[in-house]
Amino acid sequence: MTGGGERERAREALLRTLRIVLPIAGALIVGALLLVALGKDPLAYYGYVAKRGLYSASGLQASITRMAPLLLIAAGLIVAFRAGLWNLGVDGQFLLAAVCVAALAPALARELPLPVVYLVCFATSIAVGAAWSLVPAFLKAVHGINEIISTLMMSFLGVSLANVLIKIPFNDPATTVPQTATLEVADRLARIGDTTVHWGVVLATLVVIGVHHAVEHTAVGLRLQMLGANPRAALHFGLNVRRLTFVAFALSAGLAGLAGAVDVMGVHGTIRADWNPAYGILVIPLVFLARFNGYAVIAFVFFFAVLLIGGESASRRLGVPSFFVLVLVALLMLFFALVEFLAHVRRARASARP
Amino acid sequence: MNAPPEVSISLSGITKRFPGVVANDDISLTFNRGEVHALLGENGAGKSTLIGILAGMQQPDAGEIRVGGKAVRVTSPRVALELGIGTVYQHVLLIPSLTVLENLMLGAPWWRRCERARTLARFEELRGLLSTNVDPDALVGRLSLGQQQQVEIMRALWHGELMLVLDEPTSMLTPQGVRELAAVVKRLREHGISIVFITHKLREAYELADRVTVLRLGRVVGEIDREQLARMSEQEVIDRVVSMMFAREQSARGIEHVLVGDVAERREPAAFAREGAPSVVLRGVSTHGTHGECPLVGASLEVWPGEILGIAGVDGNGQQHLAEFLAGQRAASAGTLELDGTDVTALNVARRRECGVRYITDDRVGEGTAAEHSVATNILAKEIGRPPFWRNGLTHWAGIHRHAREQIAHYDIRTPSERVPVAKLSGGNIQKVLLAREMAPGSRLVVLNKPTYGLDLQNTKRARDWIRTGAGAGGAAVIVISNELDELIDVCHRIAVMERGRIAGIVDNRAGAEADIGRLMTGVEAAG
Amino acid sequence: MTDLFTEAFIASLVFGAVTAGTPLLIAGLGEQISEKAGVLNIGLEGMLLVGAYVGFSTTFFTGSYPIGFLAGGLGGLVTALLMAGLCVVLSMNQIVVGIAITLGAEGLTALLHHFQFSRSYPRLSEAASWKIPLLGDLPVLGPALFDHNGLVYLAVALCLVLIWVFRRTHFGLNLQAAGDKPAALDAAGVSVRGTRIAAVLITGFLGGVAGAYMSMVGAGLFLPFMTGGAGFIAIVLAMLARGHPLWVLGGAFLFGSGLALTTALQVAGVNIPTDVIQMLPFLMVVVVLIVFARHSYLPPALGVPYRRGER
Repeated sequence: MTGGGERERAREALLRTLRIVLPIAGALIVGALLLVALGKDPLAYYGYVAKRGLYSASGLQASITRMAPLLLIAAGLIVAFRAGLWNLGVDGQFLLAAVCVAALAPALARELPLPVVYLVCFATSIAVGAAWSLVPAFLKAVHGINEIISTLMMSFLGVSLANVLIKIPFNDPATTVPQTATLEVADRLARIGDTTVHWGVVLATLVVIGVHHAVEHTAVGLRLQMLGANPRAALHFGLNVRRLTFVAFALSAGLAGLAGAVDVMGVHGTIRADWNPAYGILVIPLVFLARFNGYAVIAFVFFFAVLLIGGESASRRLGVPSFFVLVLVALLMLFFALVEFLAHVRRARASARP
Repeated sequence: MNAPPEVSISLSGITKRFPGVVANDDISLTFNRGEVHALLGENGAGKSTLIGILAGMQQPDAGEIRVGGKAVRVTSPRVALELGIGTVYQHVLLIPSLTVLENLMLGAPWWRRCERARTLARFEELRGLLSTNVDPDALVGRLSLGQQQQVEIMRALWHGELMLVLDEPTSMLTPQGVRELAAVVKRLREHGISIVFITHKLREAYELADRVTVLRLGRVVGEIDREQLARMSEQEVIDRVVSMMFAREQSARGIEHVLVGDVAERREPAAFAREGAPSVVLRGVSTHGTHGECPLVGASLEVWPGEILGIAGVDGNGQQHLAEFLAGQRAASAGTLELDGTDVTALNVARRRECGVRYITDDRVGEGTAAEHSVATNILAKEIGRPPFWRNGLTHWAGIHRHAREQIAHYDIRTPSERVPVAKLSGGNIQKVLLAREMAPGSRLVVLNKPTYGLDLQNTKRARDWIRTGAGAGGAAVIVISNELDELIDVCHRIAVMERGRIAGIVDNRAGAEADIGRLMTGVEAAG
Repeated sequence: MTDLFTEAFIASLVFGAVTAGTPLLIAGLGEQISEKAGVLNIGLEGMLLVGAYVGFSTTFFTGSYPIGFLAGGLGGLVTALLMAGLCVVLSMNQIVVGIAITLGAEGLTALLHHFQFSRSYPRLSEAASWKIPLLGDLPVLGPALFDHNGLVYLAVALCLVLIWVFRRTHFGLNLQAAGDKPAALDAAGVSVRGTRIAAVLITGFLGGVAGAYMSMVGAGLFLPFMTGGAGFIAIVLAMLARGHPLWVLGGAFLFGSGLALTTALQVAGVNIPTDVIQMLPFLMVVVVLIVFARHSYLPPALGVPYRRGER
C-alpha cells in the first residue's frame, strides 16, 4: 500500500519533470532540423550558444544581467495573467518607461544624490508604465472590450511614441545618431562584487518571488485570482471588479515600466532611436509555460537569457541570425501546449478507468 | 386498438460507461408508432444518456438499435435526423441571431444555396400539423420559449416523422404553454409518430403517456404498458412508479411528495401572521435590459421578517434582474430598496452582505463558484480580506481550511477534502457549498434563485425542507424565485407572479391559488 | 498650408489609401469569417508574414504575380492548418497558439529571408496594374481609384460575395451558428469542428494573400517583420464590423488613408517624422475603440473551444 503510494508519487514526479523536459527537447530537436535544412551544424550552434551563454564567466554574467528586465516583465505578467487579463502591451509600456527614465536619470544625477535618483527614476518608470495601461484598463473595465487588441494597439503606439520622444524632445544634441543623453557609468546601478552583474538582478528576483507570494497569500492576491478564475463569480462575490481590473493592469504595466528603468540604469545608460528589444512578447510565452509560478518563471527566464546571449554571439560568429531564437520560443510554446494537452488526455483516460 | 402496435425503434442491450459510472446498463426498450412513451427516473438515472444515444450525440459501448427491424448505427446527429429521429432538448438549441426559416434550413450540405421556397413549403406543412402560427421570418431570439419549442419540434420532424424525443419539455413553459404542448403531442400521436417523453413530473406522464418506463441507476427497473395504464388510477400509477424508482429505499419517504407536486400538505397562510412593519420594502424598481434580457419595470414588494415569499413566473420575465438587483449585482434605474427601515439602494454587493443580504444564485457553476478553486476558498469567497481569516491583508490558510472542514461536516458536503477544486463536486454538493457560504450569522434577507434547479430528488427534498424551516430562522425575510410552481406552493407563505418585468400580482398560498397564478402568469389578469 | 489639398495630394492620398487598405480589407474579411465561426485568430499577423514571404519569393523566382498571390495564400493556409489543428481539433488555448504562430512566423520568415538573400533586399519589377476602362480616365480620382493591381478589384468583389455567402448560403448560416450557439449547430447535424476548421483555413488563405499583396505590390520587396501589426489592425476591423463585410471595407480604407498620409504629405512637401505618422493608424484604432466601445460585438462562443456535451 505505502510502497504503491511511493511508486505512484515517484511516477508523478517523473511525469512532472517530463512535462518540462520533453517540450524543451522537442523544440531543440525541431530547431536542429531547421538548422540542418539551412545548411548549419546544429550541434556546433547549440554548443556555441551554451558556451557563450553559460560556460564562460563573461557569458554567464551577461546572461544573468539580461535576466533583470525579463524577470520584472514576467512579474508583471504573473499579476495580469492571474487576474485573467491578457496584457500583451508590455513592450510599449517597457520602452516608454525606459525612454522617460533615460531622459530623466542623467539630468537628475547631476543634481541629486544617487539613491534619490534611483528612487525617483523607479517611481517614474512605474508611473509611466501604469499610465500606458489606463486606456486598455478603462476599455476592459467599463466596456468589456477585449484587452488583447487594445493592449497590442497601445504597444505599437507606445513604441512609435518612444521613438518620437528620442528624436525630438529627449534627443542628445551632442551625438550624431538620435539618442538620449547618457547616464555616466559611475551613476548606473552598482555591480555585485567583481562581476558585471548589477544589483537590479537581485531586485528583480526579489520582486518575482514577492509577487508570487503576494498572489498566493494575500487578500488582494486572492481577489485577483477570483477575477481571473471567473469574472462573473467575482462580481457575485462582491469584489469591485472595475477597481481590480485597473489595479491589475497598473501593477502589471508598472512592473514592465520598472523593467525599462532597470535595463537603462543597469546596462545601457542611453537609448538609441529604433531600439526595441521586444522582450515582452518573448516573456509572455515563458510566463504561461511556467503556469504563472514565480519560481518556475525564474528558471525559464534563466534558460531563455542564456539562449538570447548565446544566440547573439552565435549570430555574429556562426551566421545564424538571432531570429532563430524566436523560432525556438514558438516551437517551445507549441510543444508545451501539446504536452499539456497530452497530459490532459492521459488524466481523462486515467479517471475513465473505474 | 387491438391490432399489435407497429414497432418504430427497438433498443437491445444498450450500455454506456462514463468515468466512474455506468450511465446505461443493458437497456432494452421498444418504442411503438402512434404511442407516447414516458421515460421516468431521477437525475442520474440515465435518461439523458439514452436520448443522447438516440440522437446520435453519443455512441453506446455495447448494444443495438433497430429501426423498422433493421440494425442501424446512429453515428451522428445528422444520421439520427435522416432516420427520422428528432430530439427536442430541455434547453433551446436554436440560433437566436437567425430567423425561424434559417434555423430550420440548418443541416443541409454547406455548399448549397438556401432554398427558401422549398423550406417554406415544408414549414407550412408542419405548421399545419402542429397548428401554430409562428412567423417564418421572425428572429428566433424574439420568440417566446413556447414558440421556440414549436420551432424545435418542427425541426425534429423535418426530415422524417418516425420518432420525436421530448426532454423535459414542460419545464420552461407557462401553464398555457403546457396545454398547447399537450395538444400538439396528441395531434402528432394521431399522425402515427412515436413520441418519447422524458419527465420527472409523474402527473404529466400520467396525463399524456400510453406507456411508462422507469429507469434507475442506468437500468430499466419497470414498465407499465398500455393496457395496465388504462386500467390504473392516477394514484395507483404514482404509487407503482415511486416504488420502482426507489425500490427498497426507505429514506425516500416523502419524496413522492416532491415528485408529483402533491399539494395536499399545503401550508396554510394563517401559519404566518404578517405583524408589524415589513423588513424588506421594494418600491417602483426598474432596471435597464441589455442583450434581450427582460428588465424590471416598476416592481414593488413587501416582505415581513420570517416570511417566505415565492416569485413565480415563466423564465425570462425579469426574475433574473430582480435577484441581481436585490443582491446588489445590478443597479436600478429607478426605485428604492429598504432593509429594516434603511435605504440600501446605493450599496454594493459587499456592503449589502454586511447588512444581512444573502443571495444564492441559480447559476452555481457559472456565477456561484470559482471552479478551479478549492471548496475551502469557495466557502469563504464572499469574506475575502475580512478577519478572522485575513489579518492585515494576509491570508490565514490554516484557519480557512479548518473553517471549511467544520462547514463540510455541518452541511454534509460530500467531498474528498476541503482542498479539492469545487468543480469536482456534484450539483447538490455545490449547492451545499453555497448554503454554507451564505448562511453566515446575521442574515436579514435571503434570496434564493431556483434553489433546486438541477438537483436530484433527495437533494431537492433536503433543500425544500431547509427553506421551509431554516432560511427564515432568526427573522430573515426569504424570497424564493422559481419556475416550478409546485415548489413555491410547497414552501411559501405568499406567491408573487412576475410577468414582463412587473409584479403582476401577489396571492396568498391557499387552496386554488394555482388558478390565479396561472392567469397572472399569462398576463391575462391585471395586477390586483 | 493653404495649397495642401492640391490635386496631386488628393490623388496620392486616395491611391495610397487603396494600396494600404487592400491588405487590411482582405485580411479583415478573412478574420471576420473565423470570428463569425467563433475562433479568435490571433495568429493572423503570422499568416500575413508567411504569405508576404512566400508570395514574394515565388514571384521573385517565377516572375508571375498570380502564382505569387496563390503561393502566398497557400503559405497562409498551411500556417492556418497549424492553428486549426491545435485550437479547433485539440481545443488548445487560442491566444497562446496565436501568439506562438505569430512569433514563429516572424522568426522563420526573417531567418529564411536571411539565408536566401543574406543582407540584400532585392525588389520585384513593378506590379502590373489594371486600368478600368472609362472610369480610369476620370480626372484625379480615375487613376487613384481605378488603376490598380487586379487583386484590389477582387478584394472589393470578395466583400460583396461574402455578403451573399453570409446571408444566402448554408455555409454562411453554419458559420453564424458555430459562433453563436455551437451546440445548436451540432444538434442540427452539422460538424462544428468542420465548420470552424474551414473558417480558419479560409482566414489563413486570405491572410496569406493579403501579406503577399503587402510585399509584392505595396512594398515590392520583403523585409523581416514587414507587416508591422497590420494583422492586428485587421482583427480590430473585424471586431468592429459586427459581422458586416461592408464595414470592413469602409474601415480598411479609412485605416489605409491613415497609412497613406505619410507619402501624401511628403508629396505635399510637409515634413513630419515618420514615427508620428506611424502612430496614426494605431491612434485611430484606440480612438475608434474608445468612441465605439459599446458597439463592438463578438459572437458569444468566440474563443471557446467546442466539446460535445459540455455547456
